[in-house]
Amino acid sequence: MNNVAGEKQADRSFFRIWKQARANRYLYLMLIPVVGYFLIFSYKPMYGAIIAFKDFNPYAGINGSDWVGLKHFRQFFESFYFGRLLRNTILLSVYSLAVIFPASIILALLLNEVRNKWFKSVVQTLSYLPYFISLIVICGMIVNFSGPDGILSKLLVSLGIIDAPVDFLSLSSWYRTIHVGSSLWQYVGWNSIIYLAALSGISPSLYEAAVMDGANRRHQLIHITLPGIKNTIVILLILNIGSLMDSNWEKILLLYSPSTYETADVISTYVYRRGVQEANYSFSAAIGLFNSIINFSLLVAANFWSRRLTSNSLW
Amino acid sequence: MVGKRSVGDHAFDIVNVLFLTAASFLFLFPVWFVAVSSLSSPAAVASGDVALWPKGFTWQAYELVLKDSRIWEAYANTLFYVGAGTLLNLIMTTLGAYPLSRRQLFGGSAIMAMIVFTMFFSGGLIPSYLNIRDLGLYNTRWVLIVPAAVSAFNLIVLRTFFQTIPESLIESAKIDGAQDIRVLWSVVLPLSKPGLAVMLLFYAVAHWNSWFSAMVYLQDRSLYPLQLVLREILIHAQTSELTANVPQQDVTQVSATIRYATIMIATLPILLLYPFLQKHFVKGVMIGALKE
Repeated sequence: MNNVAGEKQADRSFFRIWKQARANRYLYLMLIPVVGYFLIFSYKPMYGAIIAFKDFNPYAGINGSDWVGLKHFRQFFESFYFGRLLRNTILLSVYSLAVIFPASIILALLLNEVRNKWFKSVVQTLSYLPYFISLIVICGMIVNFSGPDGILSKLLVSLGIIDAPVDFLSLSSWYRTIHVGSSLWQYVGWNSIIYLAALSGISPSLYEAAVMDGANRRHQLIHITLPGIKNTIVILLILNIGSLMDSNWEKILLLYSPSTYETADVISTYVYRRGVQEANYSFSAAIGLFNSIINFSLLVAANFWSRRLTSNSLW
Repeated sequence: MVGKRSVGDHAFDIVNVLFLTAASFLFLFPVWFVAVSSLSSPAAVASGDVALWPKGFTWQAYELVLKDSRIWEAYANTLFYVGAGTLLNLIMTTLGAYPLSRRQLFGGSAIMAMIVFTMFFSGGLIPSYLNIRDLGLYNTRWVLIVPAAVSAFNLIVLRTFFQTIPESLIESAKIDGAQDIRVLWSVVLPLSKPGLAVMLLFYAVAHWNSWFSAMVYLQDRSLYPLQLVLREILIHAQTSELTANVPQQDVTQVSATIRYATIMIATLPILLLYPFLQKHFVKGVMIGALKE
């Protein structure tokens, strides 16, 4: 009895879905190019990543090449560069995160305290400006400013911090400072927008009530403002952790040189040199896959801990 | 925020305004310095006399840069990549975002998950590189357009925008006998102009700034976008073609001002449009933020 009823119901729900799908056939039609795009340009390369476990031979193709198991991974983990690449990748990202992430929140909080609307919008407009300049131009400016006759040398010499003009980009000891400092300049204003949006969503009545209760500005900051943007902060932190292994490598590619590999060479730039420039496809695909997997695991872990600790999560 | 303000409050306000003024100066100064240097005499720039105002005002650097056919050709290429690329972006993103914004679509959330997943996991640079070669896109103009046809992030932003359109409007159009394609064209799109403007800007700026794909996938110099030519001039300091007629002893100094002028020529369109565009960008970020 039960079984028959169940089947009938299944029939009916299948029929309903079919009817709906038929009614929506044009919607499905519209989706075809987009789904096709992601299959061809995102999912096909994911399948292609199996060459990391093969010795890729261009004539045999991805499927025809021979399996070699973890050979390339082992080669990478045992290589002289592995420790340096991992250290540089993590340090550059962690330094950037540690500087730019709090700076964006602080800038938003300071802007939020400004009462003069005109002043606030001028500061905001100027703070976004660097974000709109192309990366190549930004790096061109860095190259010019940090050269031996650039403005940075002149400034530091006149302040007595260094004795003689220096070509900063040729010194591995300066690379991280230049990289993170210029990224701070480029992104801090833009990143603050999202917090300003969250801040503008806090109801003014909360502040009014707090003032009635005798709260000063510091109290308001701690008890109203920060809790009001906590969710935004947590979500952005998760997203940032999920891209920790990217370390803005396009910028590194423009600024580094063999003399700064010691601190500037990261996993992605190494993949580019070994893969695209030297055509070691399988070896660099393995390194790239290693990078992607770590990145994705970090995201999943950050999301998991955030859900447990703060009940905020991406999914 | 409201109510009486103490002495401490006043002190904070003053420090805050001073700090933000200093920060604003720092945001602007590098760009200002480039502009001023590009208009100064090469000798003044080299000696470090130039800081806030041009010294020995001259258009020489601009004249030399604008004579270079590389720049003009690359400018034209970039205009093509931005125009054709953005057009395809808008069509594809709309076609994806509209069906996925309809909540009753069976399988919609699965497709959405499939798209979002690509934001967080990729096969990596090398498999993508081999894929592009297999598809025959290598060293063609299309390699800068087709593989960048949709951005998952922008699709989410536009989908969120479409979801704010009242369901009842779409339903009533359907009762009047309109098919989905017609509903999209004559009901949804006209109501979504601000959202489409945001998409247009996001995509156009991304195409304008893009250089890595061009470096990896293009061999013919005649296909190079502006950013790649800038890379040669600014990062690799290849200015010898520009300084061919400059006296030998001045070449080093002149090539510095040439680089500054090149930066200005490549950035001026953005700087001029910037005050009008930034509001839309901010709006786009905020829509994206809602979804996150």
